[in-house]
Amino acid sequence: MILSLMFMQSMAQTSKQLPDVGMKTLDGEAISSAEWQNDGKPIIISFWATWCKPCVLELVTIQDQYEDWIKETGVKLIAVSIDDARNSSKVKPFVSGRGWEYEVYLDENQDFKRAMGVNNVPHTFLLNSSKEIVWDHNSYSPGDEEVLYEKVLELVD
Amino acid sequence: MIKTASAVLVFFGFAAAQAQEIDPGTINGNFQFDVQNYFEDSLIGAPEFPSRVGSNGFLYLTYARGNFQSGVRFESYMPALQGFLREKGAGLAHRFAQYETKNLDIRVGNFYEQFGSGMVLRSYEEYGLGFDNSLDGARLRLRPLPGIEVTGLIGRQRNAFTFQLANMSEGIVRGIDADFELNELLPGMDSMRTRYRIGGSFVSRFQTDNDPILILPENVANYGVRFAISGGKFSLNGEAVHKINDPSTVNALIYKPGNGVLLQATYSGKGLGVSFSAKRIDNMDYRSERAATFNNLNLNFLPPSTKQHTYRLMTLFPYATQTNGEMGFQTEIIYRIPKETKLGGKYGTNISLNFSHVRALDKIVSADPDMGYEADFFAWGNRTFFQDINAEIGRKFSDRFKGSVTYMNVVYDKSLFTQLTGFSSTTTVHSHVGVVEGIFKLKKKQTLRAEIQHAYTKQEFGSWAMLMLEYTIAPHWFVAAFDEYNYGNANPDKRLQYFTGQIGYTQGQYRMTFGYGKQRAGVLCVGGVCRFVPAANGFGFSIQGSF
Repeated sequence: MILSLMFMQSMAQTSKQLPDVGMKTLDGEAISSAEWQNDGKPIIISFWATWCKPCVLELVTIQDQYEDWIKETGVKLIAVSIDDARNSSKVKPFVSGRGWEYEVYLDENQDFKRAMGVNNVPHTFLLNSSKEIVWDHNSYSPGDEEVLYEKVLELVD
Repeated sequence: MIKTASAVLVFFGFAAAQAQEIDPGTINGNFQFDVQNYFEDSLIGAPEFPSRVGSNGFLYLTYARGNFQSGVRFESYMPALQGFLREKGAGLAHRFAQYETKNLDIRVGNFYEQFGSGMVLRSYEEYGLGFDNSLDGARLRLRPLPGIEVTGLIGRQRNAFTFQLANMSEGIVRGIDADFELNELLPGMDSMRTRYRIGGSFVSRFQTDNDPILILPENVANYGVRFAISGGKFSLNGEAVHKINDPSTVNALIYKPGNGVLLQATYSGKGLGVSFSAKRIDNMDYRSERAATFNNLNLNFLPPSTKQHTYRLMTLFPYATQTNGEMGFQTEIIYRIPKETKLGGKYGTNISLNFSHVRALDKIVSADPDMGYEADFFAWGNRTFFQDINAEIGRKFSDRFKGSVTYMNVVYDKSLFTQLTGFSSTTTVHSHVGVVEGIFKLKKKQTLRAEIQHAYTKQEFGSWAMLMLEYTIAPHWFVAAFDEYNYGNANPDKRLQYFTGQIGYTQGQYRMTFGYGKQRAGVLCVGGVCRFVPAANGFGFSIQGSF
């Protein structure tokens, strides 16, 4: 099985495109992941939920440095919330109340989460200028954002 | 399972390789495997586990090429971890094929779906709870014009605690939902900042009536209408649903129709967010089989209007919507004291306040015994099911130290969960819970996180204290240990400590953890669904990843 997995991985790495999946904006309007743009600059996708402490810690930590990141690399962070009907309408006040400047979308039915092979939140992906997934990381510990930013810098150099 | 998995993986690989000359398509997948051994521990009440070791696992694979997508999921329970299903085996639990364009989406096989807020229909999965009520059949989604989406579906439902495809609900589910973005549809509205949406859904379940005495409805309809207005900082949305008479095991075979109302309003300003929601649920349990109970074969989801806590001692008091009837509201305020101010400090301070209150309906026994009860729509019942007042203040003090303080005052009607937990107690528990958390950055990628928690209560199990320490070396390692101590138990023999130690390694999208722990019996809730977790003592290993 491990051999098969390695085989699979080598197969998959050649064409790791961002899947095209429908989600909702914070105002409830339909949007597809294919519409995401950042003028050829890198995009970070962070899967999170309002109740997930490490997710919020990751997004709070990055927010402190986000302005500098944008200035230096033009990177954009897209935060995809997997909150269900219990919390999905609270996501918008949650984000604005904390003063986050990210683009935030709702993946209430978790279709995008499944398409991206995400087991648990937080899970963070980095896309290059062609919107190919070049790096991803499961879970968050303080300091992980430094590694992420090193990867962003590698893309723009 | 491993053999079958390898065979299919290789098959997928060959299929992709052979097609490489043209467009090979994309293969994605993820997996998780959890194994745990169990020592019998009469002190904490951990029962003997006959096979001594249990394991849950799955492997999910999708193949996408152009507009086409297909996927399979294998699941394995050898036997299932304690608290999950009691069967053992492995097999194909989910498979689908899908064709999707901008205007058309056809899917056959298994699928997940939610109409509106979920009160009419929601099928979804929650691996950590062993919960999966996917539908197996066909779904068609049409987007004939921008701003219109119509979904139709038919299928039978997977029983959460079985995994074979053959083990599906006896009931057949049919449903249709329509969603309209009015700004796209009506002239002159497309440039308006305020966005208006309306929608409606209708679901019907068919199950034959074989009851020798009762005449039961074979087709049970559940339908609803909804609206959403969102403009700049304000939003308002609501849904009202109605279910025809549906005598079931859960509602004790009454013929009363059910209904539910949910209203939510929010304000989202820079540095200040406010949300308010109110809800009334009356006899809205809806399943694909009338005799189903616990977490089995739920066809809808009634969102709990309470905050979802994750601090360990706050999860002593989980709440899930009482499907037979409740009224409640919740309000939450999130405020950020700006940085570089006297109160906010150098980096700013985050404050969140939450108040949730849930009561019984004001039920009186109906003159017609078939109807069970009557309840005035606007009257609060006398019994408080749940109340939670909590506040959290978090602040970054320096580049090296962040901290937060959380307080929760909870009123908890334990008897609501006797069916789930087996607790015989009918007490209402009053508790104060406090948590102090500190995050110390030792070096650039090394962090120590500590939590001190305390739950004070005179009822039920008495007071608890807990200490947690977690040391991480980004981006790969973590070591964590925590000890929960039930020092306030009225019974001195039950003043026990529950120690857990864990070590974990993360490499990109792969993660492994290994640990030993004594786990207290309790209710584990994820996303508003709760499962009873028995006491356990043993070693555990978990691996997960995606590719």
